[in-house]
Amino acid sequence: MSGERLLTIDSLSVTFGGLNALNNLNFHVDEGEIVSVIGPNGAGKTTFFNMISGMVTPTAGDIVFRGESLLGYDPNQVTARGIARTFQNVRLFANMTILENVMVAQHCRTKQGIFGALFNTPGFRREEEDIREHAEKVLGFFGTRLIGYRLHQPASVLSYANRRRLEIARAMATKPTIILLDEPVAGMNPKESEELTGLIGKLRSEWGFTIVMIEHDMNVVRDVSDRVVVLDHGETIAQGSFEEVSTDPEVIEAYLGRPVEGAS
Amino acid sequence: MTAHLESQASEVIPARGVLDQDWRKLSRYGALLALGLVFVSLIGMPVKLDSRVVVEPYVSMGYLSLLWLPALLGYTVSAEKVLEGMASHARGAHELVAGAVVGLIGGAGLALLIWGLDTRDLSDPLVNWGDNLLGLLTFNETVGYGMLVWLGISAGLGLLGGLLHVLPRTAMRAGLTALIAVFLVSALESALDDISEGFRLEWLFEWLFEARGGLTPKGAVAVAVVAAGYVVFGRNRAKAVRQRYDAMPTVERTRANAALLVLTGVAIVVLPMFLGKLTNELLANVGLFLLLALGLNIVVGLAGILDLGYVAFFAVGGYTTAILTSPNSPGISPELPWLLALIVVIGMATLAGLFIGAPVIRMRGDYLAIVTLGFGEIIRLTVRSDWASGLTGGAQGITGIPGADILGVADVRGIDPQAVFYLVAFFCAIAIYVSWRLERSRLGRAWMAVREDESVAEAMGINTVNAKLMAFVVGAILASFSGAIFAAKVGSVFESSFKILVSIVILVVVIVGGMGRIAGVIAGAVVLIGVLGGPNQPGLLAEFSEFKLLIYGALLVWMMLKRPEGLIPNVRRSRELHQEEFLQDAWLRGQTDDDEEHNTTQGGATA
Repeated sequence: MSGERLLTIDSLSVTFGGLNALNNLNFHVDEGEIVSVIGPNGAGKTTFFNMISGMVTPTAGDIVFRGESLLGYDPNQVTARGIARTFQNVRLFANMTILENVMVAQHCRTKQGIFGALFNTPGFRREEEDIREHAEKVLGFFGTRLIGYRLHQPASVLSYANRRRLEIARAMATKPTIILLDEPVAGMNPKESEELTGLIGKLRSEWGFTIVMIEHDMNVVRDVSDRVVVLDHGETIAQGSFEEVSTDPEVIEAYLGRPVEGAS
Repeated sequence: MTAHLESQASEVIPARGVLDQDWRKLSRYGALLALGLVFVSLIGMPVKLDSRVVVEPYVSMGYLSLLWLPALLGYTVSAEKVLEGMASHARGAHELVAGAVVGLIGGAGLALLIWGLDTRDLSDPLVNWGDNLLGLLTFNETVGYGMLVWLGISAGLGLLGGLLHVLPRTAMRAGLTALIAVFLVSALESALDDISEGFRLEWLFEWLFEARGGLTPKGAVAVAVVAAGYVVFGRNRAKAVRQRYDAMPTVERTRANAALLVLTGVAIVVLPMFLGKLTNELLANVGLFLLLALGLNIVVGLAGILDLGYVAFFAVGGYTTAILTSPNSPGISPELPWLLALIVVIGMATLAGLFIGAPVIRMRGDYLAIVTLGFGEIIRLTVRSDWASGLTGGAQGITGIPGADILGVADVRGIDPQAVFYLVAFFCAIAIYVSWRLERSRLGRAWMAVREDESVAEAMGINTVNAKLMAFVVGAILASFSGAIFAAKVGSVFESSFKILVSIVILVVVIVGGMGRIAGVIAGAVVLIGVLGGPNQPGLLAEFSEFKLLIYGALLVWMMLKRPEGLIPNVRRSRELHQEEFLQDAWLRGQTDDDEEHNTTQGGATA
């Protein structure tokens, strides 16, 4: 299943004031993998994503993507290199239409500037056409929900589940190698999350994306992950297949707490 | 877009009793009215504007500045928002009484002022306190007479304001339109004089207007009748045209738009030939500020960068042109022709945009606004400083700018406002084209995303620093064009022409007109600069120039409260500002989707 090593994270730490949000974290993703990152609230999962996507600078350690260190890159440079993300608290461009949300995400894959726009050059028109085509293709991945008359509606009219879908579409539109999904099924009902689980599998099989996903819904984690990494207090406490991790005593302790001494 | 808000209440309950009033509210509005009347009197509006007559010999602008207040408050005191499905009272005597009571309280305030004017002397802090005001308010009769008359007038006007609720819609519209039309025609007197001369319509002008100024009574009646007639007979037809336009298929509408555009273009070329110097001068000023506002609209409206120091780029354009073209330039004086200088101006504006933009652009929101404010002043103070005065002339400025020679076809200078207008219109057309093209491009979308959420835009692969710098530079170049034309038009540049006030006025034009929408910006420039006047330029209401800033401020506050999206709003912006209503409307049309609607299951999972 897995190919070459894509992303290697080497003893990564970050401190906010006196708090160690991440502590000496090691992590890697191979091409074509689906890796889930789980852990209790406050374990540092979103900080971990923010660090990969360049929104937070680590205090120590290194992030290497395809042999190149990502440290010191701005978020847009990281995205341009092929790592896209979604946000835990859906952050769409609410007043832009659904189509525009996805079109704008192709910014770093296109290059027409002021000149082309002003003189409506053939190159400009061709590129606009391509952007639009790709946008509709990406939106079509989610069935009929985000296309048709919806294309020209503002993102703010969408239901919660559809906003999550649009966020994924927006990440797909940046033509990434790795997609970081931050709680993709949060707030969805069981049927919707089951459907999205299938789609996450297709993101790999049909589109060839490698996926790193933060998720609290263990059904989803079990169904799609090749590998599960458990974080607690900014450290990796376990990793392996879902079965291995779910029976690990340290993981159970992190989620459920330690039994009281001598209470057995 | 707020269709459901305008629809009639579904249930009407009987009118309230005449004395069943919300007395607290009435006294609050009455006190407000009294304060308003006293304030307007004491800032000197009635006295200063008394010389401008609206309808000879009955009403002057001075009296008008007091008269509109009771009517407005008499109306608003019983105005209530009626939503669909809400029960509302039938309108009747209740509203009339409410209006009259408010007017009466306000009139009492004014009466108190008259009494005070008569018995005390407060002219030390209040410069307008004095016999002029007293004479005006008492109609040069006794104090008691004046007090009584104002009580009566104010109560009567309040009653009229209340009456607006009772009258049928059409009658109310017709009446209001007639009044506004009379005011506008009278206010536009000097411009109409100018225009009528161009079209050989002096006879009409002389029939309408008194020689000393002001409409003749018969002229006023004629204007009122025509305006009311339009409302009663013409309005539906105009509406039908509008509906037909809205219903057109895209292809046809594009054609209609193109036709309209051509017509507007022809009008812009042909009309100035019939206009006199005065009107052309006015149009040229509107154009100069429109050009600035269009540039700022790209920066603020599209990219969302609140630039409070925009005048800096106007100054760069003006001074570069002055230094390069004027023989009196104290430092280098190459005396280039204007067009050649313009190329350097573009370069200088780009440099200035990058130079100011680079440090500023990394900031966000309020911080950015404050820093741009600082840079705007820094540029002006640098120009004035001893250090730069060898190049810029310091406080003496640079004079003797020869005007713009356009390839030998035209020589544009201040004494020929028509040529200035054509030049400005040409550059405005460029600015409109640039805004229109860029908004619908990759860069325009990036600006929109940056405006919506900068950190997400960056995470989606947009180089936000570059995108924002680009907006800054495009805006800077457009402003510098305006500066270059300004220098050629006025013939001299002084640092005092580039004060912070200019930045504020341009921003107000953009905000009042409608941020992010070209038509809105044009409307804003015409209304504010054309009617009220620019920072140093007189508008149509030249008499108001002393109160210009007051009116600007009041207008801005009112806009922010009642119509924050501007006169002609940008769709996205009004959506943002009225999110709730927009979602309600979408819901009424069945266009929002609630979680788990039936088609969810047939969606992509099976595809």
